[in-house]
Amino acid sequence: MPIDKDTVSKVSNLARIEIDDKQLEKLSKELDSVIEWINTLNEVETEGVEPIANVTGQTLPLREDKVNDGGYAEKILNNAPEQASGFFVVPKVVE
Amino acid sequence: MNEIFNLSLLEVKEALKKHDLSALEVTNAFIEASEKIKKLNVYNTFTPEKAIEMAKLSQSRIDKGQGKLLDGIPVAVKDLFCTEGVLTTASSKILNNFIPNYESTVTNNLWEAGAVMLGKVSCDEFAMGSSNETSYFGNVINPWSKGKGKKLTPGGSSGGSAAVVASNAALAATGTDTGGSIRQPVAFCGVTGIKPTYGRCSRWGIIAFASSLDQAGPITKTVSDSALMLSVMSGYDQKDSTSANEETPDFLASCMENSLNNVKVGIPKEYQINGMSSEIIKLWEKGAKWLQDRGAQIIDVSLPHTNYALPTYYVIAPAEASSNLARYDGVRYGFRKSKDNLDELYSSTRAEGFGSEVQRRILIGTYVLSAGYYDAYYRKAQKVRNLIINDFSEVFNKVDVLLTPTTPTAAFELGSQQDPISMYMNDVFTVPASLAGLPAMSVPSGMSQEALPLGLQVIGKPFDEENVFKIAANLEDEAKFSFLNYN
Repeated sequence: MPIDKDTVSKVSNLARIEIDDKQLEKLSKELDSVIEWINTLNEVETEGVEPIANVTGQTLPLREDKVNDGGYAEKILNNAPEQASGFFVVPKVVE
Repeated sequence: MNEIFNLSLLEVKEALKKHDLSALEVTNAFIEASEKIKKLNVYNTFTPEKAIEMAKLSQSRIDKGQGKLLDGIPVAVKDLFCTEGVLTTASSKILNNFIPNYESTVTNNLWEAGAVMLGKVSCDEFAMGSSNETSYFGNVINPWSKGKGKKLTPGGSSGGSAAVVASNAALAATGTDTGGSIRQPVAFCGVTGIKPTYGRCSRWGIIAFASSLDQAGPITKTVSDSALMLSVMSGYDQKDSTSANEETPDFLASCMENSLNNVKVGIPKEYQINGMSSEIIKLWEKGAKWLQDRGAQIIDVSLPHTNYALPTYYVIAPAEASSNLARYDGVRYGFRKSKDNLDELYSSTRAEGFGSEVQRRILIGTYVLSAGYYDAYYRKAQKVRNLIINDFSEVFNKVDVLLTPTTPTAAFELGSQQDPISMYMNDVFTVPASLAGLPAMSVPSGMSQEALPLGLQVIGKPFDEENVFKIAANLEDEAKFSFLNYN
């Protein structure tokens, strides 16, 4: 069993999703069965095959490095859960 | 008024042009129809005032003889497209108060062409699901449930988009398709939908799920309506770095070709999966026969890595999703669970803001990308994806299009599929074309024994939507599918 409760706990910390103990049990079973199913990929011989991230084979176009948008911080901040003096507000990070 | 609902989008367009109908009459009819289907839970946000305002502008352009391609046509928008000043939620609690300051390129193209926005329709949360049940706002009900004594899924993720068109409450809807999210719901709801070639439609302003797979496409009743919609939605966009700098062909013209001489249609043998119902197999054979009768040559072909498409998808899509959804942290927009400590703020906001399927996929994605597993899972899947693409390239040396069923079953009962992997099997026929970035269209082609719609899928070469539309239009012609008479 590649995915146990400890693994789920580690991964959920990496993903910043709080998981309570009750869910850990259920999730580790579910994720384990998904990963086991994904492991069928090991049947495929991929020696010398290039990994592919982009189906179109197109390279990323470049544009001139200049500002083409912006200047409406107030509008953007209107969607923030908490704002003050033109900034996003988060709990104190530096003591 | 009722006869409006028997008209296709193109027929309504013609009636508007001839002044047989006014834009306001059409929009009001669809607003009324939308109010009548409230129990299907299709809309996340209904915008009738906006629709009326847009319809009036359309009419004034039509009156001046300056009517645009979609002037006065009521369209519903999947709640995954950002719409300026209109709530955009991705059917998630984490975005339940998000009002974009910008318009997605695809919806902007529609409004520029005169289309009228009816509102934002439901989908699976962040487009992750095949039954519309992962929406924070509750599932949509398939309009074909009427008289069946049970509540059926509309499919997903674009379940609201397919249901709104099937229930005659919109002439067209936008959808997005990552692994089948347009094609599976249109098959379940008895309407038509196309996922174009990756890069054909700009992804700018569409809430991202898996960026190497996501594509927008239209949902309509007829193939020609779909062609017109896609021609408006498509086009190069500098704001999407993967947007293809390709001319948009005249898709509508392709729908008018009724001779299939010299067309080669491939039947991939790997799509004959265990446990597929005989009615689906029969429909598939019938579809091939229809095309053959119109002059097409039917050729058996093989796509040897088909079996591995789903597990490949369930590495790549969650990996990309885990990265894309990292932005929902309760700081800049959306829902926040307040805490005294920043890390706890992130993790409790995300625990409460994301539903269980989204959390599951983020965790799978994080796992397959994590140190020590990256090569074994993510890199491996990227290699198998290459082999799947090669399968298609080889086959497309021999044939012009492929014909397959869209789904292995008809619409199932809501709540009946609880196991994640059996839910993922819904996309077994749609995921391979997604991984290869190919255009693929589902056409309603027959009925199951339970009197539910079934779809056939046409898959084409990259940027050859023209052949897809041509074959789909001929299938549609032969299938003579009866749309649901819902109003």
